Formats: sequence, C-alpha cells, structure tokens
Amino acid sequence: MTKKSDGSVTSAFPMPAIHRRDLLALGAGGLLAASGVGSARAQTRPAPPPPAKPTGQVVVGLSQEPTAFNPLMPGIEVDETVWMQIFNTMWVADPKGNLIPDLAVEIPSEANGGISEGGLAWKVKLRPGVTWHDGTPFTAEDVKYTLELINAPGFKARTRVGHAFVRDIKVTGPLELSWRMEKAYAPYLALLSNTFIVPKHILEKAADPNTAPFNQAPVGTGPFKWGTRTPGDNIQLVANDKFHGKGPYLERAVLKYVPEQTSLYAQFRTGQVDLIIGTGIPANFYAEAVKLPGRKVVKIPSASLEMLMPNLEHPVLKDKAVRKALYASLNKQAIIDIIYYGLHIPTESFSPQDSWAYNPNLPKHVYDLALANKILDDAGWKRSGSGTRMKDGVPLTFAVSTTTGAALREQAQQLMMQDWAQIGAKMTINNMPAAVIWGEFYTRSKFESLIVGTAFRTVIDPDPAARFASDAIPAKSGAGANQMQWANAEVDQLLKDGQTTFDQEKRKAIYWKLQEIAREELPILPIFQYAPVEGYKEGLIGYEPNVNARQNTWNMGSWYWAR
Amino acid sequence: MSGFLLQRLMQALLLLLIVSMIGFAILHLAPGGPLSQFAAGGEMTQEDLDRITEQLGLNRPLPVQYAEWLWRMLSGDWGRSYRDQQPVLHIIGGHIGPTLELMLSSTLLAMLIGAWIGIIGAVKRYSLFDGIATIGTMIALSIPTFWFGLVVIYVFSVGLGWLPSGNRFTIGDGSFLNRLHHLIGPCIVLALVSTAVWSRYMRSSMLDVINQDFVRTARAKGVPERQILMKHVLRNALLPMITITGLHVPSLLSGALVTETVFTWPGMGRLFLDSISYRDYPVVMGILMFTAVMVLLGSLLADLLYGVADPRIARSGR
Repeated sequence: MTKKSDGSVTSAFPMPAIHRRDLLALGAGGLLAASGVGSARAQTRPAPPPPAKPTGQVVVGLSQEPTAFNPLMPGIEVDETVWMQIFNTMWVADPKGNLIPDLAVEIPSEANGGISEGGLAWKVKLRPGVTWHDGTPFTAEDVKYTLELINAPGFKARTRVGHAFVRDIKVTGPLELSWRMEKAYAPYLALLSNTFIVPKHILEKAADPNTAPFNQAPVGTGPFKWGTRTPGDNIQLVANDKFHGKGPYLERAVLKYVPEQTSLYAQFRTGQVDLIIGTGIPANFYAEAVKLPGRKVVKIPSASLEMLMPNLEHPVLKDKAVRKALYASLNKQAIIDIIYYGLHIPTESFSPQDSWAYNPNLPKHVYDLALANKILDDAGWKRSGSGTRMKDGVPLTFAVSTTTGAALREQAQQLMMQDWAQIGAKMTINNMPAAVIWGEFYTRSKFESLIVGTAFRTVIDPDPAARFASDAIPAKSGAGANQMQWANAEVDQLLKDGQTTFDQEKRKAIYWKLQEIAREELPILPIFQYAPVEGYKEGLIGYEPNVNARQNTWNMGSWYWAR
Repeated sequence: MSGFLLQRLMQALLLLLIVSMIGFAILHLAPGGPLSQFAAGGEMTQEDLDRITEQLGLNRPLPVQYAEWLWRMLSGDWGRSYRDQQPVLHIIGGHIGPTLELMLSSTLLAMLIGAWIGIIGAVKRYSLFDGIATIGTMIALSIPTFWFGLVVIYVFSVGLGWLPSGNRFTIGDGSFLNRLHHLIGPCIVLALVSTAVWSRYMRSSMLDVINQDFVRTARAKGVPERQILMKHVLRNALLPMITITGLHVPSLLSGALVTETVFTWPGMGRLFLDSISYRDYPVVMGILMFTAVMVLLGSLLADLLYGVADPRIARSGR
C-alpha cells in the first residue's frame, strides 16, 4: 500500500553522504553511526549477553494491520511480520543476500548435488530435532504437503510463481525429499526462502484448508508461538522455548496496529511502541526523530523503487524519444531533496543497489532541459501555437496517476508538470484512491502513466521476468505483471537465459546487460530507490535491517533488551 | 399496539432489503476491488489474481452474487472477511465492545454537560452565559475532529505527559484505572462536539416549552419558578430529547471513524474504514446491515418510549 506523509515542504537538510553498501557492510551498529544517530563509540561497545531464559517484551508499531495468518494464502507485506515469527522457511536470506539454512541443513546447489540435470532435479536434506509448537516432530512430509497444497486446485494460494513447475515430490527419508521441475528455474531457490512450511498433521485434518481454524491460530516451528489477537489492535506472540535456532530471548512480542502514521510516531515518541517498522517514520518527522532522546533512528535499505511507469501502448509514451526527453527533464534530485527530505537514493536501474546483480556502470541521469528539447526536435515533435508539441497530428500530452492523498507524490507531480511544460509536454493529473488505482486500472494497463513504488525482482532473486517479459503482459495474455506492456525480443531471450542459468557469475552478466537495455529503452523512468526510516528504543539489541527480508522483524527471535 | 408493531416490522424488512440492494450494488460497482492490495505489492502475477478472483466468486454476475449473499444472510451466515477469513459477525462482535465503551462514556458526558448548558441557556436567554455558550458551540462544531485529536495528543501526551497518546489500554495492564486513563483523551475529543449538539437540542426544546400557555398559567397561579422549571418545562422539554436519544443509538454502535483512527481505538468506526479501504465486501455489507437494523430499532424504541412518556400518544393508539 501507499506510503503516506503530510509534511509541508521546507528546505532539505544535509544528510551524511554514505553509500548503502558501506552501511550494510558495517552492520547495524555502523548503520546507526552512519545515520548520524547515537555515538559510534557507544555502538562499538560489545553488547551484553542475551538473557538465559526469555525475558521482557517488545512492542512493534505497524501502520497496517496483519490479518492473514496462513502464510500460503493471500496477504500483504505486513502479514509477514507474523509469518516470520511463527513459521520457518527452508533457508533465509541475510542482509548481504547469502542464503542461510534454516529448516534445511544445506542450500541445494549444483556443487553439492542438491540441484542436478541442469536444474530439473532437486534434493533437500532437512534439519533434525525440529518440532512444531504442539510438540509434533517436523518431517519431510510437512515440506511435501506445503508444496502440494500451494498447487492444490481449490486452495487460495497467494502465488504459484515457481511452485507451478514442481512435479513428483518424493519423500526419500524422514528428513529428505526430492522433486523434479517442469523446467529449469533458478529463482526457485530464492522463492523457497520466502515459502513458509506449514504443518501437515494439522491442516490435512481440516475440512477446508481455506477456512481451517489454523488460519486464525497458526502453529509453526518458529521462535514465537501464537498468543492472542485483539482484532484492530494487537497480536501477542509468546516465546517458543523449544525453538531449534538462536533465541528467542524475549518472553513476548506484541505487534501493535496504529493506523495513522502521525499517531504511530507520537506513540513512538511517548514510548508506547518500542519500534516503528514497515512504512516507518514519515519523512517530515525524520529531522525531529533523530534528536529524540533514548531512541535510535535508522535509514534502512529497501528493494522498492519509486518510478514513473509509462504505458508503452500509449500513442505518445510508446515513442522512445519522448521517454528519453521526459527522463532528461525530470528533476530527480529536486524531488528527492525538496519533497523527500533528501532521504532516498537516486538510481538508474530497476535492480536494487544492494543486489549482487546490480550494474553500477549505467549512464548517470543528468537534468538537462536543453537536451530534452533537442531530443524532441530531432524526433519530429514540433511546438504548436499552444506551446504543446505535436507529431503527425498527435499532441504530446499524457496523464500521470497515483494514489489520492499520497501528499509527497502529489507534490512530485507538480514538479514534473512544471518541468515538462518547459519542453512542450503537457502533463495532466488523474489520481485515484488506492483500492481503485491498484485494481484493474493498474493490472490491466488502463493507465497512461503512473507514479508507483514497487520492486522488480522475484523475492530476492534478480529475475524480473514477470515484470518485463512480453508473454507476461496481463492486458494481452492474462498472465504476469508487465503492466508497462514492454515487448523486446532481446530482453525476452535474456530473461529466459537468466532463469535457466544457475551459475551466479553468468547470471550477473545477463542481468547487467538487461539493466543496460532498460536504461536505454526506459520502460520505466526510475526516480529513486527507497530508504525508509525506522526507529527503535535504545537498549534493544539484535535489530538488524535486511534488504532481503520483506520486514525487519526477520530475526526477532534473537532480539533482547540490554538490562 | 401489536398491529402497530407488525406494521413497523414489515416496513423495516422492506427497508432492509432495499438498503442491502443499494449498498451491495454501490459497493461492487465502485471501481477497484479487494485484490488491489495484493496487486500493489507486486508479488502476485495476473494468473494469481485471476485465480483468487474466481475462488472468491467475484467474477460472477452481480445479481447472482447478491442473491447468494442474501440467501446466506437469511440463513444466518453473514459470510467471512476477505482479509482474515473470520466470520463477519465474529469480527463485528469483536469491535462493538471498544466502540460502546467510548461512545457511551462520551455521549453520557456530553448529554449531562450539554443538557446543563442548554437549560441554563434557555432560562437565561440572551445572557452573557448564553452568548458564550452559543459562540462556544459554534467553535466546537467547526473544529475538525482529526486536528483536535492530534492537538490533544500533542499537548496532553507528548507535551505534558499526562495522558497516553492512544490505545485502549497498556499491553500487559488491563486494569480499570489504566483503561480509564486511556479513555480520557478520545472521550474529551468526542464529547466536545456532541456537547455542543446536545446543548443546542436542549436549549431549543426548552424554549419551545417555556413560551407555552400552560407555563404562563402556572406562573400566574403563583407556582414557584423552580417547580415550574422542573415539573412543567423540563418534563415536557425532555420529550423530543427521547426521540433524539433513540435516533442516537446507531451512532453509539457504529463508532467514531476519525477519533478511533487518531487514538488507535479498535472500534467499529475504524473497522468500517479499514474494510472500505481494503474493499472487504462481506464486512462492509455486514456493518451496513447491522447499522441499518440499529437505526430501525432506534427509531422504533424512540416511538415506544415516547408513548410511555407521553400518555396522550399512547392513548391515540396509532
């Protein structure tokens, strides 16, 4: 959903210029020091050891309410704050993008024989000694059941991307299983890092898994057990003292829903919530938040990009020259500095800058109105009497849509409109409420162009096939998520190669090339990569932002208070 | 009386049917839908979205969807929320408690203070007190609740630290005093506006009676002023207030949208807002029907109470 903020525009304040990868390399302590919060010296002091048994509680403030507790069913990002505590995946991605075994003992690869026949045959060995919260041992049957349930015809699975290729799942031992893939699909490894395993012994007894009591009181293998839920207010989770991993060190975790971001920030200030994560602290409160006593405020890495998404079937926007001119006359730095308080990171790529596949050598964007005008002159877009350019009787005019009430985006629209008027492009505004704009207007490409914040990858895998392949245009084939309607034969081939290659270096070369083409063709006009602000109370140890997790509660099992 | 009740019941059922049809049509014909929230996340592809649309039955003709919903309603099944798969009645039940707690306390406070202001204002018409009360009322009615709520939080919570900045109680402490402490902020905000409303009702109702002939007759007979006020004026002035109270019942249960949002109060108002923004059709329809039933019950209750309070109406045997 849309990030909202209602800050009035003031002059931007200076931000420490530091690269995100440097921040990640520093770890959380370094992050804090780099964000200009707290003293670096204080952060380098060794942390006190965790408590011997789970102690205390943490209250996590969320501006959206987690409501979907079956981790295989439709849900939104905030629901993952619950899934991550209750359930486990076979492996998880750490902040550097490395996969770390969790319910599995190792990550299957071509080197260890876990993946063979060019990616068609998979074998996984599972960790011994893991139990479900009700004491039942976890086995390979649970993994088999989970993968089969996702593909079961009547089950409301959130997504079958990747899972639909799985065939012939065989349990080869209590803690071993194998399956075959209909086609080689490298991103599946990443997809499984976000596929939570559910208990067969509970769900198979349900008359209908879609409405099973389990969906309201989930049972998993994770560091926290389901406690209580007060709908519309909070969810309480309690420590699982039989957890197979590190921790949990907290006795209780409370996920507190505070729907209004200003109220949420007020509760963070007054100490009623210990952390703000997810949509985070609104940009307009950042300058004040860093000065709050007893609070740590962190700019966190995020894989989401803010972009102008053109509809490439639009009579004006399908012209590459128009897109190049619009990009050259898009004052990205002003948008970041003036509207977003200098928080976010300019980018040229659809790939997050923290990814191993990110290409740092793309041409840098330069704000140049003269260049933009020249591009349009050369392409035959002539100025008419009204000042708006024309070509073959078509005026250079188009609408930009975004969510009504997204104040900062609405301000960005004003800036765009002013700049583009100077190159003879007439932009109009057509904003709508979230439930309208992200419905068929978006999914079926009924827009002319959008300001949207989204990620172009498959979980943590750099594969953007669902967003860029010509057979993934929902408006044409009813499949995929290529709402721009980009169709490019060379790109299609690269996407296929990227999906069927398992060697990371070879894949990197493929995705570098893909980013070069996207930078040249501009199927999206990237504005910035998000760097949202999260905050937490001093004394909380273990919080670590992770660009490869959809929520920064990914490691809550290892959080504790310094006492 | 029973004939009157039966007639009212038939009218109510017809009204409910019309309300449900209109509500269902408007809700489903409005652009967007319950899957928008998933589409915006970017994780689900069109195949996923289409499959879930079919599984939810959202791709069938609207009359078919309505007929099925109505049939289920009549058999007592209000459906399940798209968001958390819980039965709608269970969800509504979970939000009524907090709403009632907030609305009853703020309404009682507002009625008491408002009635007092209204009575004094009517008795001492055009006095300094009445002038101040009238201006105060106008200001209170004009203040945006959202803004006032945030001001209360910033002054009393962030600034002075006297009140919590929201929530119904501190997690881990549900004691009566703790709940009362949390109730003060939203109660003040809600009571401010309703006090203004109730005081105006009371004032105009009192003025209607004060100028009637029987009051003048009582004065001429030498009845003490205090007795005139309490026995004649107030008793008659309270009659219209009964109707207003009856009509106020639904709002006691439908919650305060803005205040509940600002103060993180998990009541019906916020449930409605969330359900609308996520296009959670079953819950929105559930709240709509629930509120419609409450409105009808409220007006029926007002009519019945009116009959009890005023023997003339009871005798007319409507």
